[in-house]
Formats: sequence, structure tokens, C-alpha cells
Amino acid sequence: MNAPVDLAAPRLETTQTLGIIDCDVHPYPRAGALNPYLSERWRKHVFEYGKFNCGIYADRGTYPRFSPNTCRRDAWPPGGGLPGSDVGYIRDQLLDPYNIAYGVLEPLLGGNTSRNLDEAAALCSAMNDWQAIDFVDVDPRLRASILVPQDDPPAAIKEIEKRSGDWRFCQIQLGSKTSEPLGRRRYWPIFAAAVEHGLSIGLHIGGTQSSAPSASGWPQFYLEDHQVLSHSMQNQATSLILEGVFDAFPTLKVVLIEGGFAWAPTLGWRLDNHWAKMRDEVGALKRKPSDYMKTNLWFATQPVEEPEHPEDLRKIFDWIGWDRMMYSSDYPHWDFDDPHLAFRFQMTETEKRKLFRDNALDVYTFR
Amino acid sequence: MTLTGAIDCDIHPGVPDIKALLPYMDAFWQESFVHRGLDGFEMMSYPPNAPITCRPDWRIQGQRPAANLGTMQAQALDPFNIGLAICNPLTGGQVSVSESMGAAICSAVNDWIKEHWLDKDRRLRASIVVPPQAPMLAVEEIERCAADRRFVQVLMPVACEMMLGRSYYWPIYEAASRHGLPIGLHAGSMYRYAPTSTGWPSHYLHDYVSQAQTFEDQILSLISNGVFNKYPDLKFVMIESGVTWLPGFIWRAIKTWRGVRAEVPWMKRSPADTIRENIRLTVQPFDTPPGDADAVERIIEQIDSDQMLLFASDYPHWQFEGDAITPAGLSPSLLQRIRIDNPLDTYPRLKETVA
Repeated sequence: MNAPVDLAAPRLETTQTLGIIDCDVHPYPRAGALNPYLSERWRKHVFEYGKFNCGIYADRGTYPRFSPNTCRRDAWPPGGGLPGSDVGYIRDQLLDPYNIAYGVLEPLLGGNTSRNLDEAAALCSAMNDWQAIDFVDVDPRLRASILVPQDDPPAAIKEIEKRSGDWRFCQIQLGSKTSEPLGRRRYWPIFAAAVEHGLSIGLHIGGTQSSAPSASGWPQFYLEDHQVLSHSMQNQATSLILEGVFDAFPTLKVVLIEGGFAWAPTLGWRLDNHWAKMRDEVGALKRKPSDYMKTNLWFATQPVEEPEHPEDLRKIFDWIGWDRMMYSSDYPHWDFDDPHLAFRFQMTETEKRKLFRDNALDVYTFR
Repeated sequence: MTLTGAIDCDIHPGVPDIKALLPYMDAFWQESFVHRGLDGFEMMSYPPNAPITCRPDWRIQGQRPAANLGTMQAQALDPFNIGLAICNPLTGGQVSVSESMGAAICSAVNDWIKEHWLDKDRRLRASIVVPPQAPMLAVEEIERCAADRRFVQVLMPVACEMMLGRSYYWPIYEAASRHGLPIGLHAGSMYRYAPTSTGWPSHYLHDYVSQAQTFEDQILSLISNGVFNKYPDLKFVMIESGVTWLPGFIWRAIKTWRGVRAEVPWMKRSPADTIRENIRLTVQPFDTPPGDADAVERIIEQIDSDQMLLFASDYPHWQFEGDAITPAGLSPSLLQRIRIDNPLDTYPRLKETVA
């Protein structure tokens, strides 16, 4: 985080030839960058009404962040524009120095959280064009996410079909906060389309604010919101499992991005224990709940948990499985994880290859 | 009295129907409940016939779970060799949308428990159930009950109408502090908001499991809103929380605090220190694989405090089989702390009656 880097700390050496895959790179638009990809009708609409979401402010998030644009203070491009808006600077600051083979773009621009489903569809489509043309075409190490208006499944499927044959897209992105828990049947057509087109689903932390951050309402501080956001990820995992999504779509791959992972073992234990007593309620799960965490879920690591005893992190990796953990940096956000510094325990070469590269190659559709 | 067995910090007498509570209500509420035909205030958080609400071998046909003292004595107090037990009545009075009706039910439950439970078994103590919907009425209820030293805690559901760190609730904490009463947060929700931050799940199982997150939310709210700056000696007890989420939560809390502590400048200490000092947790359920002593040991190491955990049966809720009432693999010295020492340290009023 923003603590000074301890240069004396053990560094995790990755070989220059490894070619890291970074599952979480955030692109931002230069002023007006989306306009060429919106029709006149939607340009006017977005200008007048903004992205009509469930928040309290017209054009900013509910919880004031702790750095401008939630970004590293050194990530502002010298040539102007927002961090993450200049491919050249992403190249200089991220792709080249860390030898990133692929960086998965995860736009967090509120396209799919508009309450107006037609606006959501227009924005998602525009942001998909924008990622492909303004980013991937400029540096093909960057790969795009298919944004979809998930509350309008027919429109979402149309967008998936439009992009699935395009090599520039490598996954479907959904948020960890959706209008309903993701396992609910309204979202199943999207899972069917993902499986049909061989695309994984990346659940990035955040999304709509149609539900309060807690069952007890609204926290007061960003400090609280930032931490409890990870609960939305736990709930998406729980919902997908208990609703039988992975029984219906056994090959569906879901990547949980920026939602933490130290909670995974205890959530698995808790689900198993209480499912054992109440399994009749949830219909015919073929296996115990935690089993699905080890066959259908993958975890992007940033922000890496920092146990008081660093070796405890290995135990979490061991439980989840070394074939399910994937490195992510969250560039250019303030809580960026440097691949050399983020993991404070020793790994074998095999473990490093899985974490920094091979697992992502198994999950994503890089073409 | 001489303490001869463990101190059970979470046991549930079956709260009766409204008819049985009428004697503890004033004329207005007696007439209201009868005239309006109102009953059936059992919480959605514990549907009466759901498996969790009563272990199958403790269910008695035609009776509520733990419906009377004789049943509790035979099923829990005697077989588990309980020396003292803190009764936590779960009542719809705590979740009612009406402040005054909620308060009337809570008051009735507190008087009912004195007469039918505390007066009849010297091992029993109780929590004061208060209506968090109305902090001023909650304070009145604390003042009314606190003179009876057998009330040892103030009880609230973990999910209320606001985050519990908000200053709206501080009068409750002030009264509790003044009377030497910890605040017990029990699993259960007012359902003012969706049970999860991503909406309404299809299943009770999901609601129940996700409550571990609400305990985390509330601990973070209490700390970041400065409750422990104001009331440094006040303890909050997380009851029926599952426990094993705690280490991962602490790790994340430390990291987040390091990053954005300037937002809450009064948070001068690591949240880990405050949690270990002011937060306590009852140990049923303890969410590890059944019988997995290694997993238990790892969690205990990571919690890294022998002060925080409190023995509990959660009777009659279905959390363990047979007599496997404590998590596997605890050392004898830690067991002693959990069963006796920690409850005595957490609940000052328990100490008064133990030789």
C-alpha cells in the first residue's frame, strides 16, 4: 500500500523470461474518448443524465477515495490525462519493466450499472470498442474484457456474440455487486453464452450500489467500504455454488478479481458445515459447496492479504490450490501490488510459474 | 456459589407466544395484542422449524425448542456440566418496525425470563434484550433491568437499522458501560437491508452463512467510528458468529488501516490491538471441518490471543453432534480459559457470584 517500500525485505525474483500475466489492469478514458463509439442519441443522454446508477452523486462514487482517481500518485502520464489513459505510459510503467506478457483490461467505468438498461447496453458496447481500438490495437499485450448489461440478458448475449470471435477480447466481465446475487436464474443465459463461446467470467470487485454494503446498512468511511466490499465477492461465490450454477455449467470458469482470498477456506468450511444440516433447502448440489471452489473458481491475488506471520499466506494458497491463484497488479490504482514485493513468503519455481503465468493461460482465451 | 462447571455464554430459552408474555405488559399493550390478534413474532433469522433452530434429538413434538427449564436442564445444563449459563432470548421485539411495540415485547421477555428461568435455577443469568430501533427506549430498559445483577449483558441483533458504530447507538453503549454490561451481538437481522451486499439470496442457508460478514462489518464500524475511543473498557461479544473468519479479517483490517488511516485519525492503534482487547467471540459454531484439530489449531494460532474466545453451547441450535461441544484439539490450558476464565473476565457481573 502507501507504506514506504522496504528494500531490505526479501524479494521474490521472477526470471526475466517468465512473461507475467496481470489479470487486473485498469484503463481510463482521455476526455471525450468514448464519444466516437456512442451514437448521437447516447452522447446526448450521457451528457445530460450521466451514468444513471444507484449512487448518491451524479458523477462520482459514494465513498470519497484516498487519492485522486484512486490512483498511484506516480501514475499520472507526463503528457496529461488520467492514469491508465495513455498506453505508452502503461507500457513504460507496467508492461515493460515487469515483463508483462498479457495484461487483462478491467474497465471500472460504470457502463453496466446504469439503471437505464438501454443506456447500459450503449455504454458497454462503446467501452468494448474503446478498449479494443484505443488499447489492444495500440499494444496487443493488453487484452479487453467484454462488458455486458447483465440485467438485460438478451442485450448481454448480443454483445457477447458480437465480441466472442474477436481475438482482442479474453473474458466477460461482471461486477461483484449486481442487482441480485449472480446465481439467480436471470443471469443463467449469460453463463450459457460464456460456456458456449469458451469465455471465462471475470468478477471484478465493485458494481451497482442497489444494495447497502452491509446487512446493517451504510458504513461511514471509505476505510470500511474498501474492506467490506470483499463480502460481495464472497456472496457471489456462495450464490453461484448454492444455486447450482456449476452443476448446470460444469465447465464455467469464474475469476474473482480484487475480492481477497484469505476468506476462502473459512467460507468453504462454513458453507460445508451448515449445508450438511440444511442441504435439503438448496436442491440437488452434486458435491459439497467447498468442492466447487476448487473446480470452478480462480482468485486474482491483489490486494494480497498480509498475515501477521507471512507464512500463513502459504497455508491459504495451499487450501485454495496452487492451480487457482493468479497474479494481478491493479495498476494504476493506489494499492498496486508489485510482483516482486507483494508476496512475503518463498515459493518454488513451479509455484511461481503457476501464479504469475500458467494458471492464467489455462483460464483466459488469449488468441 | 462455587463454580463447578463451564460457563455457557450462549444458551437460548424458547421465547413463548404473546399470550404468555401478556402478564408482563401494561393494559394498553395487553389490549392491543389481544384485540388486534397479534402473535407469531418469531424472527426470520431463526424459522422455528428450520434444522438450525433446534438439533433434531432436542426437538420435542408439539413444543418450541427449549420450551421450558426442565427441558433445558435435561438436554444441556446437566449433561454438559454447565456451571453458569447466559440466557440469550431471541425475540421479534428486537426487530419490530414499531419502536414502542418492540420495546413492549423486549420488556416483557426480560420480566418473563426473571420469573420463569432465573428465579428457578441458580445457574442461570440473562442478557437484557433491548429494542435497538429506539436507543432511548433501549437505555430505559437497561436502567430498569440493571439493578438485578443476574442480567450480565445487553443483547442486540448483529444487523440493525444502521451500522452499530454510528453515534445514534452510543447512548446504549454509555448505559451499558456505566452498569458494567458488555454488548452482545447475536446472529440475526432486522432485515432492513438485503442480507448481502449483492442483494437478496434465494436461500436461508446463504443468509445464515453471510452473517459472518455482518460481524466483520460491525467490528470495523465500531472501531473506525471511535466507539472504543469513547468507551475503552466496553467489550462487544460476537455471539454465534462462526469465529474462523477472524484471522483473515484482522489481516485485511490491518492492511486497509495502514493505507487509509488518515481518514480516521482517532484510530491511533492497529485495529488488531483493539480487536484483541475489546472483541470477544463465543465458540459455537466454530467453522472448521468437524474433528479437524489441525485447522482449529491453525486458527487459534492466528487469532493469537488466549483471552478472546468464550465457551458456548448455542443450545438448542444445531451446531455440533453428541457431546462434541468444544472445537477439537484445544489445549487443556486454553480450554480452561475459554470455559471459565475468559467468561469471568468478560462479564464482570459473573464474578460477583462465584466464590
